[in-house]
Amino acid sequence: MDILSILVESVRSALGPIAAIYALAAIGLNLHFGYTGLLNFGQVGFMLVGAYGVGISVSVFGLPLFVGFGVGLLCALVLALLLGIPTLRLRADYLSITTIAAAEVLRLVYRAGFAEPLTGGVYGLQNLAGDFRALNPFDPGGRYGIGDLTYTGAHLWTMVVTWSLVLLMVGLTWLLIHSPWGRVIKGIREDEDAVRSLGKNVFAYKMQILVLGGLIGALAGCMMAVHQASIQPDQFKPQVTFFLWAILLLGGAGRVFGPVIGAMTFWFLMNFTDGLLKYLGRDLGLMPFLDGPDYGALQLAFAGLLLVLLIVFRPQGLIGDRKEMLINVK
Amino acid sequence: MSSDETVVDRMSDAETVPGSKKADPILVVDDVRRSFGGLTAVDVGHLEVQRGTITALIGPNGAGKSTLFNLLTGFDRVDKGTWSFQGRTISGKRGHQVARAGMVRTFQLTKALTRLTVLDNMLLGAKGQAGERMAGAFARPLWKRQEKANTERAMELLERFKLIAKRDDMAGSLSGGQRKLLEMARALMTDPDMIMLDEPMAGVNPALVQSLLGHITSLRDEGKTVLFVEHDMDVIMGISDWIVVLAQGQVIAEGRPSDIRSNQQVIDAYLGSREED
Repeated sequence: MDILSILVESVRSALGPIAAIYALAAIGLNLHFGYTGLLNFGQVGFMLVGAYGVGISVSVFGLPLFVGFGVGLLCALVLALLLGIPTLRLRADYLSITTIAAAEVLRLVYRAGFAEPLTGGVYGLQNLAGDFRALNPFDPGGRYGIGDLTYTGAHLWTMVVTWSLVLLMVGLTWLLIHSPWGRVIKGIREDEDAVRSLGKNVFAYKMQILVLGGLIGALAGCMMAVHQASIQPDQFKPQVTFFLWAILLLGGAGRVFGPVIGAMTFWFLMNFTDGLLKYLGRDLGLMPFLDGPDYGALQLAFAGLLLVLLIVFRPQGLIGDRKEMLINVK
Repeated sequence: MSSDETVVDRMSDAETVPGSKKADPILVVDDVRRSFGGLTAVDVGHLEVQRGTITALIGPNGAGKSTLFNLLTGFDRVDKGTWSFQGRTISGKRGHQVARAGMVRTFQLTKALTRLTVLDNMLLGAKGQAGERMAGAFARPLWKRQEKANTERAMELLERFKLIAKRDDMAGSLSGGQRKLLEMARALMTDPDMIMLDEPMAGVNPALVQSLLGHITSLRDEGKTVLFVEHDMDVIMGISDWIVVLAQGQVIAEGRPSDIRSNQQVIDAYLGSREED
C-alpha cells in the first residue's frame, strides 16, 4: 500500500454501491429534516423493512424480486403511518424519540427467535439477488474502470441501478421543492404554527413527507439486500442512522444534492482514514502501541474528528448556504 | 372621516354592558371556558363582535386575552363552549380550518418564516393552490397561471406595506417592525373576513407605529373586521371603535373608548380597587 493506492481505494468506495445506497437513504432523510425539519432518528428502520421486504418475499416465499420491492415499500408506508399518526401532532422531539426506539425495536424483533421462520433470526436471509443478477448486462466476473479504479461487473450493475435511482430521487426532490407544495413544506420547517394560521393542514403535509422519505429509505434497504444478496438484522444498528445524519450534515441539509455529495465524501473519508491509519501503523510501524482491532476503533474516532472539524468550520455543509445558516440562529 | 361615522352608527344601538348584542355580529362567543389545572384562564359568558369594526381586547396581564385568542382561532382547545363565525359554528375546528373559514390570526411573537424569501412568505398565504397538493406539485402547467396571479396580488400587497424592495430577501433579514408588516400582509393574502392581531405594536419602533395604525384602519375601511389585543392605551383609545375588557378570564366591561375610559370597574381592574388596598 502507498498513499496513491489509498486514494484510489477511497475514490472507489466514494463512487461504489454502498455510497449510492447511503446517498439514497440520506435523500429520504433530507426530505424529513433538511426541508421539513422532522427529526427522524430511525431512518435505518425504513431501510430494514425495505431490505426484509425483499428478503422475506424472495428467500422465504420464492416470489419475484419486484414483488419484494413492492412488499418492502408497503411495509415502509405502514411504518411511516404508525410512527406519524401518534407523534406528528406533538412537538418535534416526540417523533425523534419514537423513531429511534421503533427502529431498534424492529431490529430486535426481526432477529428474535420467534421470528426465525420468516426472518432467519440472527442468521438473516440469503440468496436474494438471483433475479437482479440475471438482468446484469455486464460480465459479473470481469473488471471495468480506468487504470487502478475498477469495479467488478456485479458491482457495476448495482452501481448503475442505485445511482440511477439516486438521480431519479434528486430530480423528484427538486420538482417537489420548487413547487407550491415545497413552499408549504419549507414553511413548516421554519414555523408550523405560522403555516397553520394561513390555513394549511400541517399534519397532512408532515405525514406525506414522512411517508415519502420513508419510502426512499426503504428503497435504499431493498438495494442493500440486492447488492449483498443476503441480509442480517445486525446490519441495521442505530449507527447506520447516525452515518446518514453525518452524511446529510456533511453534504448540506436542505440542498438537493447535499445527500449525494455527503455520501461520496463520507465514504471517501471513512476509507481514507482507515487506509492511512493502517499504512502508518502496519506498513511504516509508526504506531507500535496499536493492536489489530484498535485500528477500527481509532479509524471511527478519526473519521468523527474530521466530521467535527467540518461542522465547526463549515456548519452549512459542503454545498450549503452560509447566509441561510446564519439567519437561522435565533 | 365619514367611515368613522358609519362605524359609530353601527355601534350606536349596542349597549355598554358585558355581552351586549350587536347589530350585525360576525363572531358570537358563548360560554367559552378554558382552565389550566385549577386556574380558570378564560370564562367568557357571551361576547359578540360587530362586523366591519376595529374591536380591541384589553385587560391586565394574565387576564386571558391571548388564551381567548388561541381558543377562538383553533390553536388551543376549550374545556367547554361554542362560538360561531359568520353564522357558522367553528368551535372545535383546528387552526387551519378556522383560517380557511376566513378568520386569520397573527402572533404576539412574530412568526416570519425566516429562511423563505419575503415573496415566498406572501405566496404561502394564498388559498386554494392546486400546486400545494403533492400530486399537483409535479404538474407545473396546472398551477403556473395561478402562481402568476398570486404573485401579482402579493406584489400589490408588498407595495402597499412598503416591503416591495425586500421581496427577494430572506424574511429573517427584516427588522422587527418589517416582520410585523410582513405578517399582516401575509395574513391579507388569505383574503380573510376577519383579522385577529395579537399585540401588533409589541416591539415595534415608534416611527413605525403610525404606519401600522394606518394599515389597521384601512383594513376596516375596506370592510374587514379587526379584533386585536394590545397594551398601549394611547393606541387603543385612538383606533378602536369598540373595546372589550377582560379581567381574570371574564368580560367585565364593553363600550366605546370614551365609555371605557371612565368605567370604574376597568380602573379597578387595572389599578386595583380601594377595598383591596
